[in-house]
Amino acid sequence: MKTFPIGGVHPSDNKKWSCEKSIEVLELPDIVNIPLAQHIGAPATAKVAKGDKVLTGELIAEATGFMSANIHSPISGTVTAVDMQLNGQGLRQMMITIKREGDEWMPEIDRSAEIKRQCNLSSTEIIAKIKQAGIVGMGGATFPTHVKLSIPDGCKAEYLIINGVECEPYLTSDHRTMLERGEELLIGVEILKKALGVEKAIVGIENNKPDAIQSLKKIAKEQGYDVTIEPLKVQYPQGGEKQLIAAITGREVPPPPGLPIHVGAVVCNASTTVAVYEAVQKNKPLIERVVTITGKDMKEPRNLLTRMGTSISKLVEMAGGLPEGDVKVVNGGPMMGRAMVNIDSPVTKGCSGVSVYSGDEAHRVEPSACIKCAKCVEACPMALEPYLISKLAKKQMWDRLEEEHITDCIECGCCQFTCPAGIALLDYVRLGKQTVMGIIRARAAANAPKK
Amino acid sequence: MANKFIVATAPHMHSPLSTQRLMRDVLIALAPALAVSAFVYGLDVLRVTAIAVASCVLVEYLIQKFLLKGETTVGNLSAVVTGVLLAFNLPANIAWWIVVIGAVVAIGVAKMTFGGLGRNPFNPALVGRVFLLIAYPAQMTSFPTPVYPGYVDAFAGATPLAALKAHAIEAGNVNLVNMLAGVMPGSMGEIAALALLAGGIYMLWRKVITWHIPVAVLGSMAVFAFVLAFFQSGVSSLLYELPAFHLLAGGAMLGAIFMATDYVTSPMTAKGMVIYGIGIGVITMIIRQWGAYPEGMSFAILLMNAVAPLINKYVKPKRFGVIVKK
Amino acid sequence: MTVLLSTILTLSLLGVFSAVILYFVAQKFKVEEDPRIDEVEKMLPGANCGGCGFAGCRGMADALVKQDDISALYCPVGGAESMKSVASYLGKVAPEKEPTVATVRCGGVCGKRPRTNEYNGTKSCAIAASFYVGETACAYGCLGYGDCVEACAFDAIKVNPETGIAEVDADKCTACGACVKACPKHIIELRKKWPKNRAVYVSCVSKDKGAVTMKACKAGCIGCGKCAKVCAFDAIKIEGGVAYIDSQKCKLCRKCVNECPTGAIVLKGMDPLPKEPKAPVAKPAEPKAEPAVKNESVNEQK
Repeated sequence: MKTFPIGGVHPSDNKKWSCEKSIEVLELPDIVNIPLAQHIGAPATAKVAKGDKVLTGELIAEATGFMSANIHSPISGTVTAVDMQLNGQGLRQMMITIKREGDEWMPEIDRSAEIKRQCNLSSTEIIAKIKQAGIVGMGGATFPTHVKLSIPDGCKAEYLIINGVECEPYLTSDHRTMLERGEELLIGVEILKKALGVEKAIVGIENNKPDAIQSLKKIAKEQGYDVTIEPLKVQYPQGGEKQLIAAITGREVPPPPGLPIHVGAVVCNASTTVAVYEAVQKNKPLIERVVTITGKDMKEPRNLLTRMGTSISKLVEMAGGLPEGDVKVVNGGPMMGRAMVNIDSPVTKGCSGVSVYSGDEAHRVEPSACIKCAKCVEACPMALEPYLISKLAKKQMWDRLEEEHITDCIECGCCQFTCPAGIALLDYVRLGKQTVMGIIRARAAANAPKK
Repeated sequence: MANKFIVATAPHMHSPLSTQRLMRDVLIALAPALAVSAFVYGLDVLRVTAIAVASCVLVEYLIQKFLLKGETTVGNLSAVVTGVLLAFNLPANIAWWIVVIGAVVAIGVAKMTFGGLGRNPFNPALVGRVFLLIAYPAQMTSFPTPVYPGYVDAFAGATPLAALKAHAIEAGNVNLVNMLAGVMPGSMGEIAALALLAGGIYMLWRKVITWHIPVAVLGSMAVFAFVLAFFQSGVSSLLYELPAFHLLAGGAMLGAIFMATDYVTSPMTAKGMVIYGIGIGVITMIIRQWGAYPEGMSFAILLMNAVAPLINKYVKPKRFGVIVKK
Repeated sequence: MTVLLSTILTLSLLGVFSAVILYFVAQKFKVEEDPRIDEVEKMLPGANCGGCGFAGCRGMADALVKQDDISALYCPVGGAESMKSVASYLGKVAPEKEPTVATVRCGGVCGKRPRTNEYNGTKSCAIAASFYVGETACAYGCLGYGDCVEACAFDAIKVNPETGIAEVDADKCTACGACVKACPKHIIELRKKWPKNRAVYVSCVSKDKGAVTMKACKAGCIGCGKCAKVCAFDAIKIEGGVAYIDSQKCKLCRKCVNECPTGAIVLKGMDPLPKEPKAPVAKPAEPKAEPAVKNESVNEQK
């Protein structure tokens, strides 16, 4: 069975609490907060003002330039504010607040349960529809999908890879989506293949989801979809774009600014592919998504189909409330998720789950001296030396860090996860990476006008 | 609010690995060799090991508590491992005070002066051993008669390596099965090649060590001995006897599996570990063949310890996504 | 005897031989350098703090000797005195600069700024600031993990464990500016240094709206502008919802201190003006906040 070539760790996946739970539709929120920046790139520009009436699925914020994404209203009602609101990290961010009145959808959206298989649109039409629907990578990176599908000149896509790996422990939203919406997923794959003009499509799924693998294989065979379902050996961070491409095609994406397309691959997350199906076939913009709410001490872990902008506290409530005492509520999974201080913050396009840790689990292990065991070097999937770059970052030696290729780091957390001394390696690596990337950008800006 | 929110950056999960667990696994891996040694040399083995461990732990504790006035970290078991490894490098009948001096040098000089665990450039146990070897050569190279009566004959002479050096034996005439099972005179921990191998396999299985260093050390020694045998007597049975003899004699197994793989003093990358291992193997064989001492493992490891930072500096992992042109 | 002699002889020869080699190598690789650089370096404080913008005192000395116009160079640690002696040695014009002192502009002590969560990550302000608001609801205040303490080469800044806020020892501070650069929240400012460490400044940089600031921290500046109104020297500006006192214009008249409803304006090294102004004031007295609050905050800052 395939997997990526270097590094990686095996955290206990803890998916058992929620992987058997069918997707349930969360009741409509009375109020939603929609951040204008919920994707990589420029924040969207608000198209509505206080007092405006909006319908479900109506465009409320428009992409600012190419590298941005549209945002649609997830409910119908009245805009009550376009103002700075607290996000999950307690920082203020521009959000549109909408108060719900009923649930009246835009008329062109097809809400029927019927599966629409036939798609006669051209590549440009498909990409335009995806752009219109404001679809971004729903695995967490939130990269605008239409940008990914627009192949730069001189490159050619050979493979379409659907990321059904969901290597992040705890989370099961992609798993449930693949299982329950398999046919829609595979139609989405056909649409994406058409958009890219590629022959080969591979769905990569880790072997800890045998039911999803089986079900997709069965549907593909029965309905005659030309797609390979590739079971992968369980290893974190297989869902990382570069790791997944290496696992499936054996090709390594060149270092930054290298992109997957440079090795002929386009990777799209499984939930995103379903969203693509809905956007193209049903005219439905990205206004809801499946969110896993889970945790060892959560009474009722669930997979909930949630409208964007719903308060995360609502999800927590649905899962039986927070356990007593010290808690860490993380937007995302344990390896790459972001800890929150404000659980009244909204669900966004990139929020695939909320995981809750309590008691000792909420705290880090006490750090001790580095014993140079080289476990971090062994675990790093990008072939970096985390012990070294972490130390250099602490000493603020930015030039050396650039030489050590700190910008290759994908912040997967394998080094810190594995460190027997419990050293928070990634804290300084992340800081170093941000600083070095800033230096590189500044240098590029300074050099640009001379040419 | 009833809850206190804890905040930190990802990852929010940690592997069950800890320094203490790694050290505990090393101790478990050392146990079979200790058992064989105790069978051969009797209770003296346990006495020396106990003294070595106790003095290593005590020296570390006293220095941390009273000299550095900081936190004591003897709980991580690293001093215990050093103690056992030091004991493994001593004859079973050595005087208790020599063991204590060895422990003081190992922990006090080789480890704590550089800042404690993780900062020492040289393997503490080996520094202790080499100090004792130079300071007390007679006591360090005379080995007691085994308690197990069946072994007395095999133990009559010097260690195989010393005998070979003195041209008292031929490598071809040695009973290799005896050497594998520990029927040869030597330091407490080095005689039981099979038990040491078992420990090594346990450590590989528990992912305490990787294969790179032991394989590189033993492999390069075997190749070196093979070439040597070829030049000595052309194509003959010595071609496999000499490599086998060198792998089983002296501290080859103990050094390759337990001493060279010491985390702190070995390189960080897989490539670096292989280079480091080959260096140890070659230097050991050079000393064994042409040096003044019959055994060169400890010197070879210490020499390569000194080179390890250089290896770390120049041997880098292959960058992800860069295609190496051949 | 012969052994002894031959030993002495060979060792001596070896020594002479090595010395000759060393001599030629030294000659070959000799670097010609202006000897004045050494002299100037001796005149500088030798702290290698980087406050001048160079990596160390040597770099500064090099620049001082090589540049004809040294008005842009200044050693904040040695101050006017050492700059003067350097300038007179080199026959150049000494740059003039008023002495300044690092000032931590945050008054959000534990009692005034409640903790809303516990930070469990690496104790570094830069890391904490890079991803979230901090342990309180104020996104602008001092985090108290001591990046400034790390940066200070003079032991002049400490995080007070009782308040959780960095405090500057004005006598030790050399105004090198290392802490200013280290603070990710940009709280620390180099302000004009008055005799006896007197100071008046707004101890808050929160750009939040007044109500939001108030909710997060009782000692925050809410941008009400009362201070700006009473200032006779046009030294106070309200920008982005927070008052700022220009230390070059401020004359330490202290009127603003009594005006501030939250006690965000801090007074140091002086007694506050009497509560009820006896001297005729230009404007009619405005309604004030309870004086108790003011006193308390002033005392706490001392």
